[in-house]
Amino acid sequence: MTDTTTTPQAHTPLRRGRFAEFWYYFSQNRGAVIGLVVFSSIVFIAVFAPLIAPHSPSVQNRDAFLVPPFWQEGGSTTYLLGTDAVGRDMLSRLMYGSQFSLFIGLFVVVLSVSSGVLIGLLAGYFRGWVDTVIMRIMDVILAFPSLLLALVLVAILGPGLLNAMIAIALILQPHFVRLTRASVLTERDREYVIASRVAGARPVRLMFLTILPNCLAPLIVQATLSFSTAILDAAALGFLGMGAQPPTPEWGSMLAEAREFILRAWWVVTLPGLAILITVLAINLMGDGLRDALDPKLKKS
Amino acid sequence: MAEAAGPLVKVRDLKMYFPIHAGLLRSHVGDIKAVDGISFDIAQGETLGLVGESGCGKSTVGRSILRLYDVTGGTVEINGFEIAHVDRDSLRLKRPMMQMIFQDPQASLNPRMTVANIIGEPLDEHMKLTADARLARIYELMDWVGLNRAFAKRYPHEFSGGQRQRIGIARALALNPKFIVCDEPIAALDVSIQAQVVNLLEELQERLDLTYLFISHDLSMVRHIADRVAVMYLGRIVEIAERETLFAEPLHPYTQALLSAVPEPDPESERHRKPIVLQGDVPSPANPPQGCNFSTRCPKVMDVCRQIEPGVFDFGDGRQVACHLYSDGMTTTAEPTAGKIKNQ
Repeated sequence: MTDTTTTPQAHTPLRRGRFAEFWYYFSQNRGAVIGLVVFSSIVFIAVFAPLIAPHSPSVQNRDAFLVPPFWQEGGSTTYLLGTDAVGRDMLSRLMYGSQFSLFIGLFVVVLSVSSGVLIGLLAGYFRGWVDTVIMRIMDVILAFPSLLLALVLVAILGPGLLNAMIAIALILQPHFVRLTRASVLTERDREYVIASRVAGARPVRLMFLTILPNCLAPLIVQATLSFSTAILDAAALGFLGMGAQPPTPEWGSMLAEAREFILRAWWVVTLPGLAILITVLAINLMGDGLRDALDPKLKKS
Repeated sequence: MAEAAGPLVKVRDLKMYFPIHAGLLRSHVGDIKAVDGISFDIAQGETLGLVGESGCGKSTVGRSILRLYDVTGGTVEINGFEIAHVDRDSLRLKRPMMQMIFQDPQASLNPRMTVANIIGEPLDEHMKLTADARLARIYELMDWVGLNRAFAKRYPHEFSGGQRQRIGIARALALNPKFIVCDEPIAALDVSIQAQVVNLLEELQERLDLTYLFISHDLSMVRHIADRVAVMYLGRIVEIAERETLFAEPLHPYTQALLSAVPEPDPESERHRKPIVLQGDVPSPANPPQGCNFSTRCPKVMDVCRQIEPGVFDFGDGRQVACHLYSDGMTTTAEPTAGKIKNQ
């Protein structure tokens, strides 16, 4: 026993040690750090939108329809990024829009991860007919083009942001089921699980305390990537008029409302699109970095 | 606990078949007979060594006894309780008396749990302890196996192989078991660490009056730790005897071949050692040969071996051999013996 001399460490430094290790691998990936910075600033904007937005997102100024951004001829610094067709400030609408996008992402991910992990855990742990039934249902869901299925669901449930989110959660959930099941299948026959069974652990404890924590790394990565998919799908549904309804400043529906001005006023269409692009890109970069940092197989130790 | 008369562990005609499914409809086409009707007893405080080559079903025996598989047939009785066929809930209540030490200490410890939680897991499941009592018990167990108490909050990957195996032993001891299956507990360790762990196991056995089933392919280690030795070949026990008798005078041709493969430490006698080299491969346990399982490779094979499965012949003193060579003047027996109970 060589390391009997090392002094005991309290719980917190140990936690910090694991976090430091995580951060070391995460910061190796420059794209991931940029993604994190951009994502943090979007979160900041969303949280403090009521304080930093120069105007209300829904107040219409009849003197300023389609004012271009300030650097263009005819633009003014009152409306930094111009106004839309009914005279609402683009910058403020984009800021408030980030609230919706992040909320959509969070809601959808929480809903699909929690249900997907639970179902996948049951399928992987019990195997047999439970597994077969669950996986065939998931295959059916996956067999539909995802956006089409979401559209059908929203058409049944009725248009609206909440229904759109539920529909998106439903179409993302099979990915989590499959991922969880696959991890559970590899973990459930490992010796530490058998050791737990010898110790007399009940199935619930085996599933949630023994197996699940060891399956989390791929799930975290998939969750971040789904976050951006959710935002994108919600924007697509909004664009098709099935998601958030006007005057909600949701990026997708902003795009939809403005598409007739695409030749006359580029900023009304381009800016919400750019906002979606930047957010999704930042989250995807971050997800890549998370995968590198959490997946032990990619670590060079 | 009522002092059980007779052996602590009683295994009778234990069978563990793994079904083979094939074809489009996954129909049942056969069985892998990993364990095919074995019987033995282990007395309280005794160590039974179980040896045999890879794939002969040693580990499956250990795991079936602890009901980690649903056994195909036969009975297992530990401390007077039938284990092989009880329902899950009563089985869970019996778990404390039978524990297991695993081969790979790396794989058998949950990488996401601290040492304290790994050792404490059996306590959480079976005892209602206060946080203080639980921690005190964990520290006591860590002292027993020679782990520094300061390591309680660490994770398994921070330890060396020997220390990890000590954690696994502490976990197995947590519930005051009577019987521990040691499934090749030293096979994954460095030679220098093996002796430490085996000595620890012996010391604990003496202190806590433990009974071991020590599964190993390391004959010299079995010779060191076991009181009696059972030799397995292709799912069956071919010979079981007191350690000294077995090593001094192996009777079954397979045991003879197995023991002749052990190198001698003395170079002079090593030079004169003539290992019996067996021809051919072990037959598939899915399709064992007719008659004696060993008949395809046995150097002393007779015609009868290829047709009739040999009975178990009792030589007295707890020695039993399953071989036609000894059928003359012997009566077959179905009842295995626990041997002389010789503690200290």
